[in-house]
Amino acid sequence: MGLKDSLHNFKEKNKDKKWLPAFSAIHTFLYLPNETTHNGTHIKAADDLKRTMNTVIMAMVPCLIFGMFNAGYQHNLEIGDIQAAAGSFFSSEFWTMDNFLIGFWKILPLVIVSYAVGLGIEFIFAIIKGHEVEEGYLVTGMLVPLIVPVDIPLWMLAVAIVFGVVIGKEVFGGTGMNILNPALTIRAFLFFAYPTWMSGDKVWVEGAVERANNIAAGANLDAISGETILGSLAQGKAAGYEVMDMFLGFIPGSVGETSTLLIVLGGLFLIFAKIGSWRIMLSSALGAIVMGLIFNQVVDSGWITESSKFYGLMSTTWWHHLLIGGFAFGTVFMATDPVTASQTNKGKWIYGFLIGFISILIRVFNPAYPEGVMLAILLMNVFAPTIDHYVVQGNIKQRMKRLKAKTA
Amino acid sequence: MGLLSKKDVALIKDPLADNNPITIQVLGICSALAITAELEAAIVMSVSVLFVLGIGNVVISLMRNIIPSKIRIIVQLIVVAALVIIVDQVLKAFAYELSKTLSVFVGLIITNCIIMGRFEAFALANGPWRSFLDGIGNSLGYGVILIIVAFFRELLGAGTLLGIKVLGDPIEKTGVYQYGYENNGFMLLAPMALVVVGIIIWIQRSRNKALIED
Repeated sequence: MGLKDSLHNFKEKNKDKKWLPAFSAIHTFLYLPNETTHNGTHIKAADDLKRTMNTVIMAMVPCLIFGMFNAGYQHNLEIGDIQAAAGSFFSSEFWTMDNFLIGFWKILPLVIVSYAVGLGIEFIFAIIKGHEVEEGYLVTGMLVPLIVPVDIPLWMLAVAIVFGVVIGKEVFGGTGMNILNPALTIRAFLFFAYPTWMSGDKVWVEGAVERANNIAAGANLDAISGETILGSLAQGKAAGYEVMDMFLGFIPGSVGETSTLLIVLGGLFLIFAKIGSWRIMLSSALGAIVMGLIFNQVVDSGWITESSKFYGLMSTTWWHHLLIGGFAFGTVFMATDPVTASQTNKGKWIYGFLIGFISILIRVFNPAYPEGVMLAILLMNVFAPTIDHYVVQGNIKQRMKRLKAKTA
Repeated sequence: MGLLSKKDVALIKDPLADNNPITIQVLGICSALAITAELEAAIVMSVSVLFVLGIGNVVISLMRNIIPSKIRIIVQLIVVAALVIIVDQVLKAFAYELSKTLSVFVGLIITNCIIMGRFEAFALANGPWRSFLDGIGNSLGYGVILIIVAFFRELLGAGTLLGIKVLGDPIEKTGVYQYGYENNGFMLLAPMALVVVGIIIWIQRSRNKALIED
């Protein structure tokens, strides 16, 4: 008897045990189930929920690797050890082992904590509810380390994950039933609970907070400051980075969201694999462009002056908005979450467009928190079922009209 | 028979748990969210509601046979308004700082659903003694939840209880703060009050299956 059979027998023997869902979780993750249906016609598809989740994770891995290099690069750049890797994606200043290891040892614990805490909760709830563990956390667990600052204390991350998974997902009934995107719920919790660790110019570069504390304690060091582009613009300063750097991702920011290039590649991969919705991605970009153009027009018409506190972000060239901040990452990996997005095709256009539109709106008008895409997606998550409802009702009305015209 | 018969005891005990005005009837949520960021404010609010509801119930009960039913809401409002003004003036006279924290919420006791709810549902149909007990029971049930919510919100949000720094000083980095602990600013915002109330309801219903409704 092979390993596979003995595992199935083990499952049969322990059918009534309380801990069986925990075992089945690992089991079904590794193997296909042994039992198949015998009657009726069934369509067999190769992509179950697990494969879907794994495809999304694969699309994110380049961002994660890049994030590790970037964490080390930003650190070394700020302390003056290396030169800026301006303009070229294959810069030898960027792809060094030294950069990678700094980032690796910083980001690996984030990933481990994210999965350990999140899956731990999933296991506990599966055992309480007595059903198999849901795969929903696989993607969330990878998203979370990518959307937090590199220096975030691990216990804060753990607290936020407990909150996000329990209150954001499990109370609604688990995977597939949640209203809000769990990863964004976790990030929103972190932002409102611990704002000093989620914004400002100290948290985006590895070691900056520690050094600031050492300086406060009397050490003779230069302070590291790594303001994000959005942060600088919100304060009315110049962005300080070339457009090419913004696109390639050699800028401070949350771990995995800096490289627009890799995010776009990941997005294309998701579209190619028919997992991410191109309608949402495209319409979000359109929404952001429209809002960006409106603001540019406002500035061009001279309706606000340079002394306005909104001037910095309002005068940002419209297409730069797509490159800076978490906009690209949110649009590609989080707005397209099939559970919380609109389900109808027309609804997806409306949903995506409003995400882009509102993201830029929040960016400009909330200088205290210039990253609008998180709040925009959460807001539209809430409205997604309403949008779907009206799209479906509209369709029904149209068909009724057609029926009437035909029978009359 | 003693002072309190079995039925009388139930009038006080039921609203504390199985028929709690906040967690079961879901009344008075507005003030439960607004003034539970500090324990002290929650306690004062509970005492105020205890006073207003206890006396108000007796007054309405005494007048229950002479109030024309068409204008009973107006009569009830006048009774609550009179009592609330007394509470408000007392607070302003003896605890001015606190009355500023509570701001409009003392005045808004008038619109607290629990009070009108008890007048309508109980005081109009029962004698003064039983109405009094019912008022005390319901305001205690309200107060218990308020104090539990405020306890967690103040402890986790500000690291204090009744203004005393029980977890150490966040600026001087003493107590738990020296190990990197930080206050959870989200707890001080109203959405977290809703979440805490929700968690209390969750725990209560999972312990008492009779409360689960489908």
